[in-house]
Amino acid sequence: MAEITKLVHKYLRHDKKFPHVWCPGCGNGIVLGAMIRAIDRLGYSKDEIVMVSGIGCSGRLPVYVDFNTLHTTHGRALTFATGIKLAKPELKVIVVMGDGDATAIGGNHFIHAARRNINLTAIIINNNIYGMTGGQYSPTTPYGMKATTAPYRHIEHAFNIAELAVTAGAVFVGRGTVYHARLLDKLIEKALQKRGFGVVEVITHCHTQYGRRNRMGDAVAMMNWQKEHAVRIERVGDLSEEELKDRFTIGVLADRDLPVYTEQYDLVRQQARELPHR
Amino acid sequence: MGKKGKKKPRLLQGNEAIVEGALAAGCSFFAGYPITPASEISEILAYRLPQVGGTFIQMEDEIASIGAVIGASLAGAKSMTATSGPGFSLMQENLGFACVAEVPCVIVNVMRGGPSTGLPTNPSQGDVMQSRWGTHGDHPIIVLAPSSVHDSFEVTVKAFNFSERYRTPVIVLSDEVVAHTRETVMLPEPDEVEVLDRIKPTMPPEWYIPYEDTSRGVPPMGIFGDGYRYHVTGLIHDIRGFPTARADEIEPFMKRIHRKISQHFHDIQIVKHFLTEDAEVLVIAYGSVARSAKRAVLDAREMGVKAGLLQLVTLYPFPRTDVVEAIRNMRVVLVPEMNMGQISREVKRVNEGMSRVATLNRIDGGMITPQQIYEWLIKE
Repeated sequence: MAEITKLVHKYLRHDKKFPHVWCPGCGNGIVLGAMIRAIDRLGYSKDEIVMVSGIGCSGRLPVYVDFNTLHTTHGRALTFATGIKLAKPELKVIVVMGDGDATAIGGNHFIHAARRNINLTAIIINNNIYGMTGGQYSPTTPYGMKATTAPYRHIEHAFNIAELAVTAGAVFVGRGTVYHARLLDKLIEKALQKRGFGVVEVITHCHTQYGRRNRMGDAVAMMNWQKEHAVRIERVGDLSEEELKDRFTIGVLADRDLPVYTEQYDLVRQQARELPHR
Repeated sequence: MGKKGKKKPRLLQGNEAIVEGALAAGCSFFAGYPITPASEISEILAYRLPQVGGTFIQMEDEIASIGAVIGASLAGAKSMTATSGPGFSLMQENLGFACVAEVPCVIVNVMRGGPSTGLPTNPSQGDVMQSRWGTHGDHPIIVLAPSSVHDSFEVTVKAFNFSERYRTPVIVLSDEVVAHTRETVMLPEPDEVEVLDRIKPTMPPEWYIPYEDTSRGVPPMGIFGDGYRYHVTGLIHDIRGFPTARADEIEPFMKRIHRKISQHFHDIQIVKHFLTEDAEVLVIAYGSVARSAKRAVLDAREMGVKAGLLQLVTLYPFPRTDVVEAIRNMRVVLVPEMNMGQISREVKRVNEGMSRVATLNRIDGGMITPQQIYEWLIKE
């Protein structure tokens, strides 16, 4: 425990006024811890990391860490990150978003960043709800559940973020939970090392806004729910359709290689230099 | 840029001159989305930027375009986007981000008829107020309007210089007539162009306070990756860049970002006088209308009307002192515009009853012709 604390402190900002904004029991701290452990293990310097976020509880994550940090507008984190990466490809750009941030208001940017295969790492913290604004339904709120804007029941169907990323062309897609902390560390590490657009969807809980309204219990109960409903992707073949019902896969969902945008653009520059100025 | 020492006249359209101005000013990043009548700027930069080691990208929409532009600027690139009304509307939220986070960038809006999809291929000056007040909240902004192809070059260079020097977005408000008119121009050589860069911190990183006030009101700007790690946010922030809700931190911040523009008002204010010295009737115009006005003033003089033209290059901050100076002692002031009257309101506001201010508006999708202004002038 002491080692973990020491590591986290190495990367926390000491001039920031703590405490943080998150509720007791929130999973965001686990995600931040996993990111820090992955960054530390891979040996990136603080100066070469840029952490970019959008709006919402997840949006506050970069403010606490001692990197180049950017808290953008709602849904637009990937667009700012794209500009940073293109202007300075040597930087390691990590984008943290929530489910509403990445797939509602920012859904268009998400699929296009994946299609473009620009080398960014996108961490999407999925808690099935808009937490900061008070519990309105998001694109990942499951059918039939309740939210402040679905007081009777939710009648839309949820996005499967990781599968959306695979379909849109992301070269690395992982899904983890805040319960499976060691797996999360590994997934983030792999996504960071991947050349191209890497996505890690992190299933977490918002006991304050989502769990409470849907009688799912406290943070511990909701983490137990994650434990019980997550299936390692390697084990999917062993289970029947009945057993897989209402459960979700975790692990590496896609890992493939495609030409990377910044490298391709370097080639375009070479080609362009050989042509006359127009 | 032509061969050294031998300046050659070139036949360019306004949009091409904007590209030349951007490259002369050191623009190395452009992100945009196709839209009439601004698309040529994207097309030419897609060809030119990689030749000079820069980057062009076509994003998925205008929101993404300005987002990428802000990101690239934070990573040290002089950045620009170009659009027209509908796209400019989409950019407004992130434009406010650039104001609050003090990120230099240039946004070209080639005005077309609005509102909404409006008149995509017709000229207009309907976005003047939007360029000043389009994003929400009190914010400072600089808006410049070219009236010719050569102006398009000059104004774009100025826009980059102002944005870098004052850490602010600068809007180049062109219009369809200026953008698509082709004329012969002599552009300056690269070494004849004054290019200003942003001021970067030089102190050790641990001493760097990213949003600390300075005598210029503009804090030095740390670049991502240069060792000055700091936090950038659209939230109102303290001098270290962290979100704040403290009244004693909010007010000084808001006042400083306005003061950094007002303090340098006389550097930013650009107007052009044409036969105003002995004028009794003054035309105040900007954009393509200023071109028509110039002709009309010459023709009216032939008929014995002592007419003059004050062309506004800077629209915002509104060039109050130059306008007041020019309209003092005028019998009448005419403000022709391709809108229902936007800059004329500003003229009336600073006029405070000194002179009679008349308007001439055109909103049928056509440009204001020299003839229209001339006819008005000789009746006066």
